[in-house]
Amino acid sequence: MNLLIKGGRVIDPSQKLDDVCDVLIENGLVKEIGKGLKAPAGTDTVNAAGKYVVPGLIDMHVHLRDPGLEYKEDIVSGTRAAAAGGFTSVCCMPNTKPCIDNKAVVSYIISKAKNEGFCNVFPVGNITYGMNGERMAEMGELKESGCVAVSDDGKPVCNSELMMRSLQYARGIGIMVISHAEELSLAGTGVMNEGFTSTELGLKGIPRVAEDIATARDIMLAEYTGSPIHVAHVSTKGAVRIIREAKARGVKVTCETAPHYFTLTDDAVRGYNTAAKMNPPLREADDVAAVKEGLKDGTIDCIATDHAPHNIDEKDVEFNEALNGIIGLETSLPLSLKLVEEGVLSLNQLIEKMSCNPSKILDLQRGTLKTGSVADVTLIDPSIEWTVEKEKLASKSKNSPFLGWKLKGKACATILAGKTVCPA
Amino acid sequence: MAEFRHKDIIALRDLTGEEIGLLLSTAESMREINSRDIKKVPTLRGKTIINLFYEASTRTRTSFEIAGKRLSADTVNISTSTSSSTKGETLADTALNLLAMKPDIIVMRHAVSGSHYFLSKYLPNCSIINAGDGAHEHPSQGLLDMLTMKDKFGRLDGLKVAIVGDITHSRVARSNIQGLTKMGSAIYLAGPPTMMPPGVERLGNVTVCNSMKEAIQDADVVMMLRIQQERQGKTLMPNAREYSRYFGLNPDNLKLAKPGAMVMHPGPINRGVEMSSYVVDGDQSHILKQVENGVAVRMSMLYHVCGGELE
Repeated sequence: MNLLIKGGRVIDPSQKLDDVCDVLIENGLVKEIGKGLKAPAGTDTVNAAGKYVVPGLIDMHVHLRDPGLEYKEDIVSGTRAAAAGGFTSVCCMPNTKPCIDNKAVVSYIISKAKNEGFCNVFPVGNITYGMNGERMAEMGELKESGCVAVSDDGKPVCNSELMMRSLQYARGIGIMVISHAEELSLAGTGVMNEGFTSTELGLKGIPRVAEDIATARDIMLAEYTGSPIHVAHVSTKGAVRIIREAKARGVKVTCETAPHYFTLTDDAVRGYNTAAKMNPPLREADDVAAVKEGLKDGTIDCIATDHAPHNIDEKDVEFNEALNGIIGLETSLPLSLKLVEEGVLSLNQLIEKMSCNPSKILDLQRGTLKTGSVADVTLIDPSIEWTVEKEKLASKSKNSPFLGWKLKGKACATILAGKTVCPA
Repeated sequence: MAEFRHKDIIALRDLTGEEIGLLLSTAESMREINSRDIKKVPTLRGKTIINLFYEASTRTRTSFEIAGKRLSADTVNISTSTSSSTKGETLADTALNLLAMKPDIIVMRHAVSGSHYFLSKYLPNCSIINAGDGAHEHPSQGLLDMLTMKDKFGRLDGLKVAIVGDITHSRVARSNIQGLTKMGSAIYLAGPPTMMPPGVERLGNVTVCNSMKEAIQDADVVMMLRIQQERQGKTLMPNAREYSRYFGLNPDNLKLAKPGAMVMHPGPINRGVEMSSYVVDGDQSHILKQVENGVAVRMSMLYHVCGGELE
């Protein structure tokens, strides 16, 4: 099955390419990029005039909820949502049931994704066995069986020695550690950001310093051990500053933020809106500005969604009872394209953060359209305007604060190893 | 004449000064009923009120029950020990089941801030009155406090009201801040910084003071909040002894307030912690007057959400 994508604006930061040209795909690989390419016999042609043609988008932080919590999402529905959002690869977090601390679960995920999924799924294994923060998981075997990183995402590794040893050990194995930076003694039983809004709503706050301190600790441990570290879901001004300073010192730290952290403030919680409840919580206007600044100056390497599906029964409850998290796969691209419109990022920088950088950080061998590479490609229609509607979302769960929003830009084709997976 | 158009009373933040004034003036009329020999009028005859209390309460629940009965409504009390929540039923399901029994008003106390807005979404045809939600609001307390102040001063406009204690966890403080600001009073807050929520000065006409002295200096009203040892004891203060030295009201520091200043407390009181017994039982104490006004204010609230007219 061969494919010629004609006349699109091809943007591939991995080879500093940004030009109107054609992409020829043969046997699932990129065969050639150039102007006026002819389709060999038996090749389908896609007219991409007015569209962006980019390396398949990568979301390095999603919760597919499979195995164990399939009533929220599963590998099929989650990857379908990913493909609908323009993603050809996702990294799935290990807080499943059972969690991803052993080869059997990794193999299950990889094989189900391969047989039934709509995009590549790269599992993230656990740092600690049973995700209980007490002893290291078998990181060697996790890596061998296909994990691309380790994390106890959803929980921090509270014990500093264990975190330090994990960073050292992971460096030996050659696997990235992803930090969920949260100091639990400060976050306490808080349910939203601590600030004026929490004061007015009478909800218990989570101070920003709970994230800052944990970010600082993990960076200091990475610096001390000489190990690389990736910080997940950065949401505070303080964390951005700490990471910026660490990078300037030469610490091997990378990080990601999520679209909701540069789109919303804790004002979205007003009305006790559980669709705006997540961890870390939505912050304040100066944090949003700092996150944007961090994206702009390169402190923040990636945009990842932290796609966290929850069933309606877990969200349509009193605010304190509602679970943390929102879905994000199908709204990430248009929300991120807004950054280009606002002049925060160039289109090239955006594609770097949504494809090239996550691939580089986790060595996924994706995020490029170089000749010979796997033909994961996303076609983006930047001009299409659409409304986020519950009924049209592919995800099993509908817990999004963006329902009803009018957005601009959408993936119009998601191509996985040369095969168009969306629209199916 | 102001009109009251709300189906629910969940927060004084949601009401205008005019509406608050109306609730207070109706409460003044209701008080007359409470002084009669036969303390009952037929105003809410045939109406069903459910008092749904997810948190323990003696004063507020009893006060709402008496208020309903004096207006001839049928009142039913459900408290946590007898509710379905212990059986794991969701608040929404409890609400829908109660709704099927066609109550006219549900008075609810709940530990989670904002629960009443959630409940209201499920009960489009039933009025919801908030008897306290988490650290958010306690509108009937705010109203009865304001009525008690108005009784003494004949006005709320221009009063200096000091509120001392754990502001962060206090729904009483929030309702008073919201209500008093709309009625033209100035609020001065004091408490250890561990109990002062961020941005609280933006909630209304609020000044955050560095010491209790500063707050109560020349105050017309000194309102003390309850210290809950089980809550504040862990990390917010060293102990009750030190708290009472810096933030307790006693006959000495009360002299800083205006002569004859009112002393108030929403109860229940920890004697010897936030207030010395000399002050609790002293001439300036209006604490029992607050409780008395509670019934009238709650009658007014029940009456207005039912949209009735006063003969």
